[in-house]
Amino acid sequence: MKEGYEVIYKRPAALTGKRMHYCPGCFHSTIHKMLMEVVQEMDVQDKTIGICPVGCSVFAYDYLDVDMQQAAHGRAAAVATAVKRMLPDRFVFSYQGDGDLAAIGTAETIHACNRGENFTFIFINNGIYGMTGGQMAPTTLDGQKTTTSPYGRDTSKVGMPLKMCEIVSQFEKVAYVERITCNTPANSRKAKRALKKAFEYQQQGLGTTFIEVASNCPSGWKCTPEESLDWLKDKVFPYYPLGVFKEPGKPAK
Amino acid sequence: MGETKLMKGNEALAEAAIRAGMQGYFGYPITPQSEVIEYLALEEPKHNYVLLQAESEVAAINMVYGAAAAGSRVMTTTSSPGFSLMQEGLSYIACAELPCVTVNVCRGGPGLGTIQPSQGDYFQAVRGGGHGDYQLIVLAPNSVQEMVDHTVLGFELADKYRTPAMLLSDGAIGQMMEKVDLPDPIPYKPDKPWATTGKTPDRERNIITSLYIKSEVMEKVNDRLQAKYQKITDNEVRFEEYHLDDAEVVVMAYGLSSRICKKVVDLARESGIKMGLLRPITLWPFPEKKVAELASLDRVKFFFSVEMSVGQMVQDIRLAAEGKKPIYFYGRKGGIVPTPDEVLEFARKKIEEN
Ligand SMILES: Cc1ncc(C[n+]2csc(CCOP(=O)(O)OP(=O)(O)O)c2C)c(N)n1
Ligand code: SF4
Ligand SMILES: [Mg+2]
Repeated sequence: MKEGYEVIYKRPAALTGKRMHYCPGCFHSTIHKMLMEVVQEMDVQDKTIGICPVGCSVFAYDYLDVDMQQAAHGRAAAVATAVKRMLPDRFVFSYQGDGDLAAIGTAETIHACNRGENFTFIFINNGIYGMTGGQMAPTTLDGQKTTTSPYGRDTSKVGMPLKMCEIVSQFEKVAYVERITCNTPANSRKAKRALKKAFEYQQQGLGTTFIEVASNCPSGWKCTPEESLDWLKDKVFPYYPLGVFKEPGKPAK
Repeated sequence: MGETKLMKGNEALAEAAIRAGMQGYFGYPITPQSEVIEYLALEEPKHNYVLLQAESEVAAINMVYGAAAAGSRVMTTTSSPGFSLMQEGLSYIACAELPCVTVNVCRGGPGLGTIQPSQGDYFQAVRGGGHGDYQLIVLAPNSVQEMVDHTVLGFELADKYRTPAMLLSDGAIGQMMEKVDLPDPIPYKPDKPWATTGKTPDRERNIITSLYIKSEVMEKVNDRLQAKYQKITDNEVRFEEYHLDDAEVVVMAYGLSSRICKKVVDLARESGIKMGLLRPITLWPFPEKKVAELASLDRVKFFFSVEMSVGQMVQDIRLAAEGKKPIYFYGRKGGIVPTPDEVLEFARKKIEEN
């Protein structure tokens, strides 16, 4: 450290430091960092177990310096259910994409939420299948072009994009549901607060905590990182509004 | 010492799992094995295992994955269609090297089939029914007593080799009542330093995965798995011999069919036919050395396999016998159990032909 300088910001020690494989501008890296900041601030690194199913973040265990399980595509909620039930005093989170949580794994998601499994879902909704090269997701917006909806999503054929926060907040045993993003410093601060609250509610054993990230995918969306932020603002947030859907002690939305 | 009881196969299996120190059970109801989860649900207040009726067999096997990876002694049970749904999960479990016990109380297929007993899932069990090169240790109980013994053995072998073990049973063994000796509860102390229980400061993080994106690494993982499977093949083959010492005709059968074939051997011997039974207890690893040894004896004229299927184990017998002796097959399908008389009749015909 140079004389006269002081460290005011650095990588949380709970990140391994391995260079991430995520594309430039992708929110996956930002959410990873925030999540590990929360783990560190709550001093629960030795008690945290993460589940990362197939999707761009399947390699999350390379970066998150906590015990991790990789899971089959769609099955993170079942895996996390069992981990939390076997080790109820640990902090358990699943880190899932929209294809994972809202298409192939919908049954596991719904039933874990309905049982009120006491773990935290971190749901990265980027409206696309990032890992497999940009195919249509259950959350792809009306008219949005992907490699399997090359003329734009035709909702008359494939239905409307699924609103998972709106769905899971209906379950009695789900404690906390919030949709966050990290397109601006202000939203990032809110996002981190939400992640922390989810862990705190989990610690209190209040039930399922569900954080959806209105995320981006510059590569899959075939745009620059800057353009992806515009798309979020113009197209995503109007359909997927940010904010709290349900929180302990507060009236449901 | 232990306890002797009259019990249904499925309930005996559940009781054995409790006594073997099972810590978690995840399953979905399906006939003819629902008594397992029902029994565990009734007994739950007396013990401290985790019991959860999953939303599907897909969820159940992935719960097994999570619980096993968290270091627990864990089990699921199902019947044929449910076992089909578990195949992706089992492939992951095998590659991630997680110990667990799975049970298929087999019913007649294909499709929804029948709830009557069958042995039609042999290939699925011994060939690794999911994707990729992997094996399950497959035990084939032929009595209620062996439902108990194999459950305990399954947990032990699974832990010893860090690999999934399974029982391939059938609807008849699952449903029948017999006298069983139950073991005393086995003190189980998990020793799984690899498990994901939380990264304490004294160790690196534990990662449970089946993902190795680099081909060179994935090849090494396969080499490691194959070396383990070789070790299991060298050490864990189990079979039962019945009147093989002077046998000229060797009948092979496992599970329920092996009980019928014991009777066939008795009937054959009464009428002067020197028949003997070789019963594989482990379907994988298969007793191929024993088959090869018998096949090279001059006195042995032929083998035949009796199965409640269209003939699946018969292929393993042919592979092991390497063409040295004729291998025949007799089977019934659709949930029908062959009678000793019809099997003996078949054997007589083959003796005339040879
Ligand atoms: C059973 C199965 N089906 C399909 C796939 C292929 N696959 C891998 S990731 C993926 C979609 C990932 O999309 P998402 O969950 O939204 O995650 P993202 O990559 O966008 O973060 C698919 C279809 C698979 N691995 N397993
Ligand atoms: S493909 Fe999309 S989701 Fe995946 S790392 Fe790249 S930008 Fe992120
Ligand atoms: Mg996605």
